[in-house]
Amino acid sequence: MKQFLAFITKEFYHVFRDKKTLLILFGIPLMQITLFGFALTSEVKNADIIVIDNAKDDDSEKLINKLRASTYFTIYEKQIGYNAIEKEFKKGQIKAAIIIPPKFNNDLIKGKKSQIQILTDGTEPNVAKMLVQYITAITMDYQREINATNSPMMMIIPEIRMLYNEEGNGSINFVPGVMALVLMIVCTALTSVAVVREKELGTMEALLVSPFKPIGVLLAKALPYLVLSFVNLNFILLLAVFVMKVPMQGSILLFFFFSMIFIATSLSMGLLISNITDSQQVALLLSMIGMMLPTIVFSGFIFPLENMPKFFQWFSYIVPARWYYTGVKSIMLKGLDIHYIWKEMVALSMMGTFFLTIAISKFKIRLA
Amino acid sequence: MNSLVLNNITKTFDKGSVLAVDNVSFSVKEGELFGLIGPDGAGKTTIFRILSTLMLPDKGNASVLGYDVVKDYKKIRNLVGYMPGRFSLYQDLSVKENLQFFATLFGKSIEKNYDIIKDIYEQIKPFSNRRAGKLSGGMKQKLALSCALIHKPKILFLDEPTTGVDVVSRFEFWEILKKLKSQGITILVSTAYMDEAMKCERIALIQKGKMLGLDTPQKIIESYPMKLYGAKADDIYSLLKDLRNYDQVESCYPFGEWLHVTIKNPNADGLEVLKTFPNSSTHQNLEVKIIEPGIEDNFIRLMNTSDNSRDNN
Repeated sequence: MKQFLAFITKEFYHVFRDKKTLLILFGIPLMQITLFGFALTSEVKNADIIVIDNAKDDDSEKLINKLRASTYFTIYEKQIGYNAIEKEFKKGQIKAAIIIPPKFNNDLIKGKKSQIQILTDGTEPNVAKMLVQYITAITMDYQREINATNSPMMMIIPEIRMLYNEEGNGSINFVPGVMALVLMIVCTALTSVAVVREKELGTMEALLVSPFKPIGVLLAKALPYLVLSFVNLNFILLLAVFVMKVPMQGSILLFFFFSMIFIATSLSMGLLISNITDSQQVALLLSMIGMMLPTIVFSGFIFPLENMPKFFQWFSYIVPARWYYTGVKSIMLKGLDIHYIWKEMVALSMMGTFFLTIAISKFKIRLA
Repeated sequence: MNSLVLNNITKTFDKGSVLAVDNVSFSVKEGELFGLIGPDGAGKTTIFRILSTLMLPDKGNASVLGYDVVKDYKKIRNLVGYMPGRFSLYQDLSVKENLQFFATLFGKSIEKNYDIIKDIYEQIKPFSNRRAGKLSGGMKQKLALSCALIHKPKILFLDEPTTGVDVVSRFEFWEILKKLKSQGITILVSTAYMDEAMKCERIALIQKGKMLGLDTPQKIIESYPMKLYGAKADDIYSLLKDLRNYDQVESCYPFGEWLHVTIKNPNADGLEVLKTFPNSSTHQNLEVKIIEPGIEDNFIRLMNTSDNSRDNN
């Protein structure tokens, strides 16, 4: 026990005397969360749109004004020919064009039916789809208005609500994902160099010729990072709630407990990497790049897992971040309790135990 | 009683392509100060690593304090003090913290075992709060020795402890080793410095993984089979060339300001031969004298014979 405490003390000295490590520990989360939270959003804001109003009547004017009132686009009214529109698209200055035909109002009143044309830039399908949705919604809205004053007709109006995120705040989807990414990378990267550093600096040679126990060495190496990651987790949570405006619907206690399981799993992963590599560079590369890609792709926060081929869906089950992401969303956004996330907890605990067991068995008790 | 026994130890690296230790056998008596002498790359470090259970030998067996280095590695790790050739303490921990760590690691306390490191540690005590990485070379070695000793090992393995250390610290270091020996600790030490070989009780000469000789330093010197002469002149380089080309000369190599020379005919008067060789008149201030051979002369001689026998095979 005394021996174990000596190891822990030593590891704490290592961590706190290495300013670079501390910078990574707190710098990366700050950078990534703000970067992903603000920059990586699927919302469309202030898209430039040309409106060609060939009618210039009462109804077309009102419709354009409605469009203009939306914050999604910036409307430019231009009187240009059909062929000139493509030029504008090619220049890349506009995302969509709306063409209102002559006698818009006339057709609407007399024929009960009028058309508008929407052109979008198909090279950006996501933006294009969004814009079509927005414009259609606004047009429908206007249609309802004029129907209210004119002859009523039967209509089904879908009443849409986005549950757990009424304002459609895009960052609340990303932030839990980024949290998973940040914790995974930081925890894995930091511990991944812990053992291999001793090999590289030669201190392992003196350490091995002593009555040490591999499990003690590994646990002692992970412990300071567990403590620091807890501090880090607080920091990330504050960022998420107060800067990124992600709600905290569920129990904070459960959130911390669940997160610590995930952190422990990531630390075990790092220890495993540290035990099977021979240089700090390889270890860092493995933990940074090797962890980042599966975490981004298979946790589901950027690319929906449901759309992936079956094989990748199965593969995602062995990515720890996937479990954490689902669990954190359940706690933070839906406010669910432990009954709904016990599966995630068990999965993460099992992975953590698995990684740690392999790490201990891979610990080299001799040189090379 | 032998503290250390090696039987036909062979170790290769890179799938057998590099022969690091070639069929080496020797034993070290309890309480002995034993030196492994040889140049860089001779295989000294590999021998240390096999004895301290850090590497497995390809062939042969070895025991430390009666325990097998392969099977009983855990027992050996408890009992030996090992100071690797490369500084292996934590550079970001202070002197005190390093010592504390290694004491606790072995389940010992600094206070209880202070007597054994007192002489050494007193010298670095003024710097006990300094980080180990910021110490001078000599102080680093003293700290490393303190850390290797703090658990009162029965046997000490010191791999080139004085390499990269100044002359004064080297001298001090060997004084410390003598004291430790007087306390009954068996010491196996390696060095590339021949002058340090003289301070060991027995030495093994090692070159390219092979053992060239094993005896007390005195006996090794006495075993030198020839008379050794020294020669020098103003232009030492052309003297070296001339003597090497002279058919009466068996060997000639530079050694400080003198050339060390042996003569083929053991009955001839070497001084006369060297004074009157064909080109002798062209050399200014030619001086010759009889020289007592040292360990290094033996080493060079043994090296050449082992090389020749290898070539002849």
